[in-house]
Amino acid sequence: MTVISAASLNLTFETNDGPVHALSDINLDVQKGEFVSLIGPSGCGKTTLLRVIADLEKPTGGAITVEGTTPENARLNRAYGYVFQASALFPWRTIADNVALPLEVMGLTQAERQKRVTENLKLVDLEGFEKKFPWQLSGGMQQRASIARALAVQPDMLLMDEPFGALDEIVRDHLNVQLLKLWKETGKTIVFVTHSIPEAVYLSTKIVVMSPRPGRIHEIIDCDLGEDRPLEVRETTKFLKIAQRVRDGLAAGHAYD
Amino acid sequence: MPMIKQRLLPIFTVVAAIITIWYAGAIFLNAPFEYQTAARADQQISFAEVLPKTMAQQRPVLPAPHQVAQEIWKTTGAMVMRGRAFSNRSLINHAWVTLSATLLGFVLGTALGILLAVGIVHSKVMAKSVMPWVITSQTIPILAIAPMIIVVLASIGLTGLMPKSLISMYLSFFPVTVGMVKGLKSPEVMHMDLMHTYSASRSQTFWKLRWPSSLPYLFTSMKIGIAASLVGAIVGELPTGAVAGLGARLLAGSYYGQTVQIWSALIIAAICAGLLVTLIGIIGDQVNRRMGIREASN
Repeated sequence: MTVISAASLNLTFETNDGPVHALSDINLDVQKGEFVSLIGPSGCGKTTLLRVIADLEKPTGGAITVEGTTPENARLNRAYGYVFQASALFPWRTIADNVALPLEVMGLTQAERQKRVTENLKLVDLEGFEKKFPWQLSGGMQQRASIARALAVQPDMLLMDEPFGALDEIVRDHLNVQLLKLWKETGKTIVFVTHSIPEAVYLSTKIVVMSPRPGRIHEIIDCDLGEDRPLEVRETTKFLKIAQRVRDGLAAGHAYD
Repeated sequence: MPMIKQRLLPIFTVVAAIITIWYAGAIFLNAPFEYQTAARADQQISFAEVLPKTMAQQRPVLPAPHQVAQEIWKTTGAMVMRGRAFSNRSLINHAWVTLSATLLGFVLGTALGILLAVGIVHSKVMAKSVMPWVITSQTIPILAIAPMIIVVLASIGLTGLMPKSLISMYLSFFPVTVGMVKGLKSPEVMHMDLMHTYSASRSQTFWKLRWPSSLPYLFTSMKIGIAASLVGAIVGELPTGAVAGLGARLLAGSYYGQTVQIWSALIIAAICAGLLVTLIGIIGDQVNRRMGIREASN
């Protein structure tokens, strides 16, 4: 089942320096349960594309459907949970209250909120941190809390915008393993923006290589490393070959110019 | 203990410096009167003779600190001990008259300030139409319009506390409006986007994001607002014909050249302002702490 479908999608920002072609002729289908990474250098429109899917930006041309409807309706149906580059936790709320924030907006009962908070904090290994404030947690834990917050909505899709970009590599590896596990357990569709080649290859079933000026899709690479991916999979020839293809794709798309 | 030493030492140093300068000023400013008096009586007078006299004049140009302290004690503590804390001559009574107008005006001003800020943040039309008037209102000297307000309100039967509070409000809503416009706009783009992905309504975004984000700004502007309120209340007391209040004491003092009385009222007003600002600061700290905001290191 196709959950995201973009056809000849265009987005031009009007700026003081003239129009910026952020997305140009984007054609992309994402199937249910896929883990799709958008990779490319800064300015290639990967975040913009994610924001269009989330109805945070309006496209200026072409068509896009999310779960068979417009991005706006999908947002109103709470089809997705969005994870930002930073955890975007509210500093005045405890971790539990932060996870409960979308549930309050949805108007769930106190009991239901409590249940979902406990469930999702457990899913990201943050039991026992309910009463802590964000600043009392490490960066990695904060980002896990923000993933729990996105999951609490019980969306079919997770949209993640460089969620681990600000973390060190050790924490990042750990969270990658956890994210894969979570993806396998929940079967959610994940669209993941990154500029790390190993991260994209390790996590994805499909890698969308994008290139800048104008932002466009250069190549879509299938990443068939199988279901079971221990960290060591990154030393296998297959992994390195896919990584090489992504790197070639980025180079051909003038990412390194 | 070293904490106290660290904190109190600078304060005492500054107070000691002020008092020293004050005494020096009193001697310098009051001495000419003594020399003139002596000259009129055809007497020679030495500086050693002038010195004590400069600190004990009836109507000094600048009263010495201990004269002011004595006057304050006479009109506060001493009256309390005689059970006359709220008599007409008691500064406590006058301070209370001013403070009640200050507090009412401050509450009204803060409420008005917040309401205006909410409107300005949520409506472009209001931002464009109201903000210029908010700024213009503060360019008019309060001394010029205070009598008008008193006269106009008196003609519709409003006298006493309310007119003074309205002048207080007029001065105190402004910092709150400006601070809260900034505060309500302070949420990060990411936080606003987050609420958008939840399809949160405007009022949900307000109560869950904008309002809590704005609280530190609110308390900062309330500190300025309450000091302005006190000034407003004092100014509001000037045109009422010196009935009661610190403003009335200032006016009466200046009618009769009672500089000691003026300075006592000024000092009491300053102490009141200090206490009010400190009180707001303490409430602000408490709110911040309950909101889990990490304290600045100290």
